Formats: sequence, C-alpha cells, structure tokens
Amino acid sequence: MAQKTYAGITVDVNEEGYFTNPQQWSKEIAVEIAKEQGIVLTEQHYAIMDFLRNRFLGGEALSIRSINHSGVIDVKTFYQLFPGAPLKKATRIAGIPKPVSCI
Amino acid sequence: MSTENNHPIRKVSIICAKGTIEDVYAALIMGNGAVMEGIEANLFFTFFGMEAITKKRMDKLHTGVVGNPAMRLPGGMRMPSLLGIIPGMESFTSWMMKKEMDKLDIPPVSEFFDLFTAGGGKLYACKTAADMFKLTMDDLCEHVSGIITIGEFYEHAAGEGSQIIFT
Repeated sequence: MAQKTYAGITVDVNEEGYFTNPQQWSKEIAVEIAKEQGIVLTEQHYAIMDFLRNRFLGGEALSIRSINHSGVIDVKTFYQLFPGAPLKKATRIAGIPKPVSCI
Repeated sequence: MSTENNHPIRKVSIICAKGTIEDVYAALIMGNGAVMEGIEANLFFTFFGMEAITKKRMDKLHTGVVGNPAMRLPGGMRMPSLLGIIPGMESFTSWMMKKEMDKLDIPPVSEFFDLFTAGGGKLYACKTAADMFKLTMDDLCEHVSGIITIGEFYEHAAGEGSQIIFT
C-alpha cells in the first residue's frame, strides 16, 4: 500500500491516490490534496465534502444524483467547484474511496 | 487501475435512434458517464429516439416485450414472445424496469437530462426526424440545444480524441 504525506501527516492511499483509511483525513490535509488538483477550497467545498463523507461512512452509494438531493448545492455548482471529473475529485479530496457507481 | 493514456477520449457524440427504456438509458448513462469523467458529450436523438426528448413522453417510455429473446420473467425463466401481446404486459414490464432502476439511484429521463446538461452535456434533435414526426422546439425538452442536420451533427462531433457512438 502506498503512503503520502500531506500537511506533515502520512496517510495510506491506493495506487490512484485515494485514501484507504478515511479516518486519517482532516481539513488541513484536504487543502493540500486540493492544491494538487488546482482547487482552492471554500466553505461550499467543505459542505459538500462533509455530505459525501457522511454518506460514504453511512454505507450509502455515492452518485451524481445524490448531490442534487443533498440540500447543500446543486449539480451545476458541483461541476463548477470540482471542474472536470467532480465526483472523482471531490471524493479524493474528501479522503474517501473513488465511487464505483456509473451514475 | 490506472487510466493514463496517450490518446484519451476528449469528446463523445452519442446517437440514440430508438425509444425504448433500455435504448434511451444506454445513451444517457454513457453520455452522463462521459460528462462525469470530464469528457465533452453530445447526445443526438433521431427517429424513435425522439420520444426521449419529447416533453410529454420522455418520462413515459416503455420496454418492448414482443420479439425480445432476452426478456425474462421474474424468477429467470425466458418469457415466450407471445406473452408480450397480453394487454398490460408492456406496461407491467416497463414499471418493473423503472422500479429496479430507481433502486440503483438511476433517475427518470427528465431528471437525467438535468444532471447531464448541468455537467455541460449537450442535447440535439435530428431535423429529418423532427420534420417526419411534426415536432418543433416547443414539443421538446427545454434542455435541447437545437434541431440540427446531420451535417451540423458532424461539425459538433469534430475534434481530436472525439468518438461517435451509435447505441
């Protein structure tokens, strides 16, 4: 298993850079991962990442549709906050595994 | 799994020419999946695929139950084609399909278009089919960018790393 150091803390990641242990995540770490992706985190980023983390830790599948039902932001804003591949980027920065859903 | 590649797909233009639930969702899932990966996506609807972008019909699509040898009854037994002609069979099967898809968090067609276009995906209708079925922009879902000719479709599809997919 690979390891990476963010904000002075060493964390376990898989070969694609996704966290294998979400408990090692912190907001300070998120800032560093986001920087790698060219994203500067705002309150909105944290709010949707909280939603994704809670959903994942609660054992629920993550989908782009669930963002619209999150009550945090709509899908359009989500694409703007994490340009390119939003669900992949957001989960990576939020310290949770890459979603396996096709939706 | 690494997806690093020297020739990544940058754009997909997907043609949907049929109006059954499974044909339309195949195109939608591929299109939305592309947008989610940061790939530019166009969906082009033609012939019976026009059902999927016609406001009044888009959320009422059906699955064809006659002449589908892969159709199975609950329990796994193959459904004889003749059973498909029983009144209500098509509606029941379509209802089942939609129920199962909802369990997988697959949205209804109209909502799927909301997600797809929110991510920058584009929807187009075929001019020939619109003329044939007497459909205008007023009949079509508000996310449709335009009724275009096949020539215009190829213009939209052009570019390096671009693929055209006929579902």
